[in-house]
Amino acid sequence: MRSIYLFLILALYSFTSCSDDNGDMQSESASTTLKFTHNWNGELVTSSDFNTVQYTNQNGEMLSIERLRYLISDITFTNADSEDIILDVYNVVDVTNDNGLSYTPTTEIPVGTYSNVSFTFGFDNEDNSENYLDLNSASFNVPDMLGGGYHYMQFDGKYLDSNSNEQGFNYHTIRAVDNPGMNPTFPQDTFFTVNLGQVVIDNNTVIEVEANLAEWFKSPNLWDLNIYNTVLMPNSSAQIMMYENGQTVFSLSETAE
Amino acid sequence: MQLKIITLGILTCLFLNCSSDDNTGYEPISAPLEIPQLFSNNILSPVIPTDNPQTMEGVALGKKLFFDKILSENGTQACASCHNPQNAFSDNTPTSNGIDGVFGIRNAMPLFNLAWNYGERFTWDGKELSLERQALEPIQNPNELHSDWANVVDRLQSHPEYPELFRLAFKTSTITKELTTKAIAQFERTLISANSKFDRYSMGEASLTPQELNGLNLFLREDKGDCFHCHGNPNNPLWTDNIFHNNGLDSTFEDLGLGAVTGDPTDNGKFKTPSLRNLAFTAPYMHDGRFDTLDEVINHYSEGLQNSPTIDPLMKKIDEGGVQLSEQEKADLKAFLLTLSDPSFINNQDF
Repeated sequence: MRSIYLFLILALYSFTSCSDDNGDMQSESASTTLKFTHNWNGELVTSSDFNTVQYTNQNGEMLSIERLRYLISDITFTNADSEDIILDVYNVVDVTNDNGLSYTPTTEIPVGTYSNVSFTFGFDNEDNSENYLDLNSASFNVPDMLGGGYHYMQFDGKYLDSNSNEQGFNYHTIRAVDNPGMNPTFPQDTFFTVNLGQVVIDNNTVIEVEANLAEWFKSPNLWDLNIYNTVLMPNSSAQIMMYENGQTVFSLSETAE
Repeated sequence: MQLKIITLGILTCLFLNCSSDDNTGYEPISAPLEIPQLFSNNILSPVIPTDNPQTMEGVALGKKLFFDKILSENGTQACASCHNPQNAFSDNTPTSNGIDGVFGIRNAMPLFNLAWNYGERFTWDGKELSLERQALEPIQNPNELHSDWANVVDRLQSHPEYPELFRLAFKTSTITKELTTKAIAQFERTLISANSKFDRYSMGEASLTPQELNGLNLFLREDKGDCFHCHGNPNNPLWTDNIFHNNGLDSTFEDLGLGAVTGDPTDNGKFKTPSLRNLAFTAPYMHDGRFDTLDEVINHYSEGLQNSPTIDPLMKKIDEGGVQLSEQEKADLKAFLLTLSDPSFINNQDF
């Protein structure tokens, strides 16, 4: 369904571009790359920084990152007329293994200025109900009694507790779920749209998406790792708080060719 | 002119006689892996190197080599000596006895579904980066077959059957260690296990008992077993993530595992997650075979965890020793785990 929609929109673009006097949109299309970088309040974070307790969250706990991978999907380009080009795609950003940090969808986008580029953090519920061989192979699944589908993010590490002992945390985001079992219920959606703002798509544009990992622990919910550390998947309140904190994690860095 | 033609003919005959390459247009018969429907429904295609496609002749040669003691220096052991089909191609001792009576330091890993190891890091410590490369090592390891590869190649080359079998598999009767390991790898890739009770349950062809279902539930519950983050779930019939974790066996390490391979101290004490398939046949357990029974394994995760700087953050309640399962929960979990064993695999006559 999405593919048909995308095709129609692209066809519409091609048609209108040819007859449009507005020079913003041209018939030419180009590949577009999303490049994901990560930082902790501005300090660059890569896999080489993992496994060392060196970051301090807003609540004052020091922590390390040992594993980080997350899912983005439905990259959307919105033009000035609020028309969307939705790419029904997904990508796992696997920071631990330096995979998926740069993602170029196969579909080319008409060049021009877009009032917004966005993507979904995680999967919307429709996409989350499908079967993905690559995600299964990567054991990214959520158990059926928790609603099935896939993790949106696995963020594992260690923090120092009040006795300065290292303790593990598993900041795993999924679709919030209650009543785990045969008939789970879902209190609210916890995937969310990341809006990057205006982007000019030219030839081989690279859209750099910055993720400030400290934001996961900051606001609106001051995250206390002594309370919320592990077993967060079946905790719908924690999932909703993670969803709320995630709203400010991602932002557009710069667009460069 | 006639002399030239005769000379050319003699030279051609000499060349053909001396050459071991098959120039007759013969081609081995392609034998792609038979991928179980459960696998094709759920996970990515197997990894087959482009320079070592599966062929009937290659697999047959690999099987013969796998079971042939000619690969060991004194002719007393084969690959199968430590990778016994009845043990799902593992050994029933904690570590294995080489030809000189010396035991190694690691438990012989069971062999199945190896073509689905997408990262292609093999062995407990991930040292070997392909099946072909892996097969090079045990043949020359002093604690295993303790051969010299040059001697192995000489023995195979002088054998009455092998040169012809290599010609059939690889279109040359000139035997090399690379071709030898290619054949073994082809055979190993055919060792596919996908017919456990749980596989049939997944395909809608069998049902689980209430105890087994409760065990599955415990396996998947993050607040109970939380086994699935490393060992996968019903959507991944491999039952391993094929990566490396410190699962809290020791507080200090004599065997560094992955850390000895990468040189990165943050990898110390990490070993490959073994598949949970065929546990009924693969005791003892863990990289050093320290646990004789599944009960001991479950007890370890329940109350036996040892803390260390590299312990995986997925290990829960380390201060309490583990996830604290009740005796009933342990029994249920064990019942589920045993549904992942596949008797048809160890009795497969193709192997």
